[in-house]
Amino acid sequence: MSVVIEFKNVTKRYPLYHHIGSGIKELIFSPKRAWNLLKGRSYLAIENINFQIQKGESVALIGRNGAGKSTSLGLVAGVLKPTSGTVSVNGRVASMLELGGGFHPELTGRENIKLNAVLLGLRRKELKERIDKIIEFSELGEFIDEPIRVYSSGMLAKLGFSVISQVDPDILIIDEVLAVGDIAFQRKCIKTINEFRSKGVTILFVSHNISDVKKICDRVIWIENHRLREMGDSEKILESYSRTMS
Amino acid sequence: MKHSLGYLFDLIIVITQKELKVRYKSSFFGYLWSVANPLLFAMIYFFIFKLIMRVQIPNYTVFIITGLFPWQWFASATNNSLFSFLANAQIIKKTVFPRSVIPVSNVLMECLHFLCTIPVIIVFLLIYDMSPEWNWLWGIPLIGVGQIILMLGFALAFSTLNLFFRDLERFVALAIMIMFYCTPILYSADMIPEKYRALIDYNPLASMILSWRELFMNNSINYHLITEVYLYGILSVLIGSFIFNKLKFRFAEIL
Repeated sequence: MSVVIEFKNVTKRYPLYHHIGSGIKELIFSPKRAWNLLKGRSYLAIENINFQIQKGESVALIGRNGAGKSTSLGLVAGVLKPTSGTVSVNGRVASMLELGGGFHPELTGRENIKLNAVLLGLRRKELKERIDKIIEFSELGEFIDEPIRVYSSGMLAKLGFSVISQVDPDILIIDEVLAVGDIAFQRKCIKTINEFRSKGVTILFVSHNISDVKKICDRVIWIENHRLREMGDSEKILESYSRTMS
Repeated sequence: MKHSLGYLFDLIIVITQKELKVRYKSSFFGYLWSVANPLLFAMIYFFIFKLIMRVQIPNYTVFIITGLFPWQWFASATNNSLFSFLANAQIIKKTVFPRSVIPVSNVLMECLHFLCTIPVIIVFLLIYDMSPEWNWLWGIPLIGVGQIILMLGFALAFSTLNLFFRDLERFVALAIMIMFYCTPILYSADMIPEKYRALIDYNPLASMILSWRELFMNNSINYHLITEVYLYGILSVLIGSFIFNKLKFRFAEIL
């Protein structure tokens, strides 16, 4: 077994950039905030997190809203850089970080599929062979040629997941996107994710739905208050997690 | 992450297509606007400078459009580059790909628009009893690539900096306007008094416009000017990519 994702003492702070954007007025009228900016005040998203994920594992990240789950996923996806520590990721990452993330509202479903699939690493030639499968998977019917601003959130999730279903990543990241689809589609997604698992794809999954986590993941990483609280076998950790939440 | 050249090429094509589609989504006349706009300006300048102020430049209409069309490419590419990362915030925050593709495709898209205006230039040449020659076939790519390199540097720098310092868009809009009058577009280079020669001697945009005009109006390829465009181009790409590489990892946080 080889390690595909490794976090070593990873800390991520976000500088509070919006102060810069608000310009000179801010500097005059709220000198305290401007002072904080100069001192480099920042928001701590995750602190000193360590873990390893082996190839082929499927791991869930759980924790309250704002605990640092999405930041961790962003670090794995390579969208963010850690403030300190190292994140090493081996292999191609395909990520679905948000509902409709990476889509343009004015473009049609079909045009968004093309854009998104190439952004996720498909070549245009491969896309041509697979686009029919993607459209079929999405179950969107004639809506595929409508601009996606008219889509419901369920339809957006279908569109996003259908693209994911046809790319071939080594690591798949899925962030709270299954919740909005109808039950039949959720089942289909879980089936697809499990197909990826059997192909040896490493899966990183964020969900607040404990039964989904149970169906997909064999290990769980529990993040609380920006720190790693517990990590291990999903049954055990999910149990103590549900206890603290109730 | 390493990317193959073929994949980068695919990415540039897909993103350029996307930008074109987004831009003309709800516009009936589509890219005709990109011809209509500079053409209208050309008519206004012709009216003011030729008919009212009686500038003594022969074939003044052709003279203006051969400067104005490449200028339009420069001005809109630079202007749009300020917003290119902002407009693509969604895909930058949510997916990983070489971010430099966005300014590149932005410059290339404006280049396509410019190529669409070349037939208009030819029509005007024919009206004024001039005609294009075969050396356009290598002259246009030669100057065109030079201009792409030059503007890529601007685009990389401005698109990056505008994320961190939004006032930049005001400055750049003003700077483009000032440069328009400091560059021999409405007047010819030899009309500039000796003491203001520095305006074109150290102006990359002047070298660029003058090499286009030499090609379009005199069918001659001025290697001296073109070399200047390339040298300025390399300098601007070096500076632009330095700024871009320094800050690219923070895009997803700030958008």
